[in-house]
Amino acid sequence: MSSAVSAVGNTQNQRVTPPPAWKRFVSRNKLGTFGIVVFVGIMLLSFVGPFFLPEKNSTNVAKVYCTPSWDNWLGCDYRGRDIWYQIVNGGKQLIWVSAAAAFFSTFIAITFGALAALLGGWFESLVLVITEVVLTVPNIILLGVLAAFVKLDSPFLLVMILSVTGWPTLLRAVRAQVLSLKEREFVEAARMLDLGLPRILFREVLPNMASYILINFVFGMTGAIYGQVVLYFLGLVSLKGDNWGLMIQEAYRQGAAFSTDGVLYLVAPIVMIVLLMWSLTLVARALEDVFNPRLREA
Amino acid sequence: MLDMTEQTSKDATINKGQPIIRLEHIRRDFDTRGGHITAVDDVNFDLYPSDILCLVGESGSGKTTVARMAAGLLKPTRGQVFFEGRDIYEMNKKEFGEYRRAVQIIHQDPYASLNPIHTIGDMLRAPLLKHKICKSRAEATKRAGELLELVDCRPVENFIDKYPHQLSGGQRQRISIARAMTLNPRVIIADESVSMVDVSIRVSLLNTMLKLRNELGVTFLFITHDLAVVKYFAWEGNIGVMYVGKVVEYGRTPGVIGRSVHPYTRALAAAIPEADPDLTRSKEKLQLRSLDIPKLTELPSGCVFHPRCPYWIEGLCDTTKPKLIRIDEYREVACHAVEQAVARGEDPRDLAVTDQLANQLMRE
Repeated sequence: MSSAVSAVGNTQNQRVTPPPAWKRFVSRNKLGTFGIVVFVGIMLLSFVGPFFLPEKNSTNVAKVYCTPSWDNWLGCDYRGRDIWYQIVNGGKQLIWVSAAAAFFSTFIAITFGALAALLGGWFESLVLVITEVVLTVPNIILLGVLAAFVKLDSPFLLVMILSVTGWPTLLRAVRAQVLSLKEREFVEAARMLDLGLPRILFREVLPNMASYILINFVFGMTGAIYGQVVLYFLGLVSLKGDNWGLMIQEAYRQGAAFSTDGVLYLVAPIVMIVLLMWSLTLVARALEDVFNPRLREA
Repeated sequence: MLDMTEQTSKDATINKGQPIIRLEHIRRDFDTRGGHITAVDDVNFDLYPSDILCLVGESGSGKTTVARMAAGLLKPTRGQVFFEGRDIYEMNKKEFGEYRRAVQIIHQDPYASLNPIHTIGDMLRAPLLKHKICKSRAEATKRAGELLELVDCRPVENFIDKYPHQLSGGQRQRISIARAMTLNPRVIIADESVSMVDVSIRVSLLNTMLKLRNELGVTFLFITHDLAVVKYFAWEGNIGVMYVGKVVEYGRTPGVIGRSVHPYTRALAAAIPEADPDLTRSKEKLQLRSLDIPKLTELPSGCVFHPRCPYWIEGLCDTTKPKLIRIDEYREVACHAVEQAVARGEDPRDLAVTDQLANQLMRE
């Protein structure tokens, strides 16, 4: 997570020094800017918001399915607990688990994808075979089966399981990109100038993929969020605490969908997840602009 | 013209020392989807300090493959590449590093050869700092400015902080040259370096490269398919004419272009457009038997040029490969017909077309 946040932060800092640059960015990327604002908003809500709430969200029989009021902005759930409280607290784990999962799957994809492209031979064949096997198994089903075998009682296990399924597509893409980039003439020129493998890899090849990798990191996050929500919804995660995914599952199980009073209990977490996914997609699109010097200056 | 050829050929014999780069019997095979091909077969040449050697030929003639082997980017299937008398594939790491830095390439496509994410300044500073030619970033920036001036990118401030996409094709190619010059190379391999640049810019780019040769003594291996460019750039140098992987004529440029002997070179020379229409009309035309370049996967037997050659001798040209032999002081030629004419004491340019071709032309 922190990497995505700091990347966005950095580019904004660069943009602030010469004012016209960020203004141009905003005017050219209205949707992207909107996405960034929504994303930052959700981040603040989920990571800073909890400090402004009381520590405990206690059960209150008198308030079961109460309607929105000054005390309970979004009403209460089937046990009379505040829904807004759960929304504010419910994003944190979902977000950091998916960010960590995206980080690990991106890490696996870049390391093995780039190595396969650079080394070739039996190593490449082996990596590709494993990739294809994982790719052929439907993602969600694999997740479900894995989750059924492993008792998911810690968020770290959840991260591991989500990263296991997240890397194959990106790995193939990274391998293809490195294969193409390593034959480019500017890489050959760098070889002729004897700049050394580390510089060629990290300064010539990888930066050309940075936007691609970061965008895929963001998509990896959205994939991990889907995966988590599915696991929560199917009740395959035995984790306690407030969580948007868990909220949907509980609301569904308690039949909130069938009662007009309880509908907010089901709709609120869904809206949060949709907003998060949408803003992430918009951010990914805006990032393309930030990384491509051609788009940046034009 | 004849005076000039004599003049330059005398010059050539003066500065023979040790060649910087020597290619000996190099051959390169590729396995492609279409089959096994020999892109380059038995090519030899020496590159002396401050010399200009041009390789010309059609697409697929193996010029770029030769250039890449000379640059150490491609290992010959057979044969050896020497740098200052040492085989580059038997060098230790330090020696190979010296060779690598002494030989630089200027690529064909100025849009692909500059990394889009670096500024011009970054590109020029990186090798200067990496190889400790400059001690500090400020010093490297200063040196980068000098290099930009060397390649006529003035004023320097208009270039140093720019990204490649902000420059035109000609400007990018100048940056390529500047980058190649960062390590003070002794040899520059220019692979079709001006062919993707607009005609109006070509001459000034060629002048920039000639300046490097004349003022700094840089040796050039120049690859092109354009004889007009060779005429301009390499008048004082050598030219090797390649045809499907083999050198068919090699010698001093004025001799080879002005009075070409090999039928293939004659056909090429006849195809140079001249600014004067009268001159173009009066030019000798050479009728080839066929316009098709043979496929590399199905090379003709004997002399590879015989299916197109107007002078081919049946039973000899289609069975035996001709060797590159010295026929006069200006050139070496690989052609049976020329060899026989010289042996008979005739001028090889007066060769008559063979009966087969005469019949074929009659029918048409």
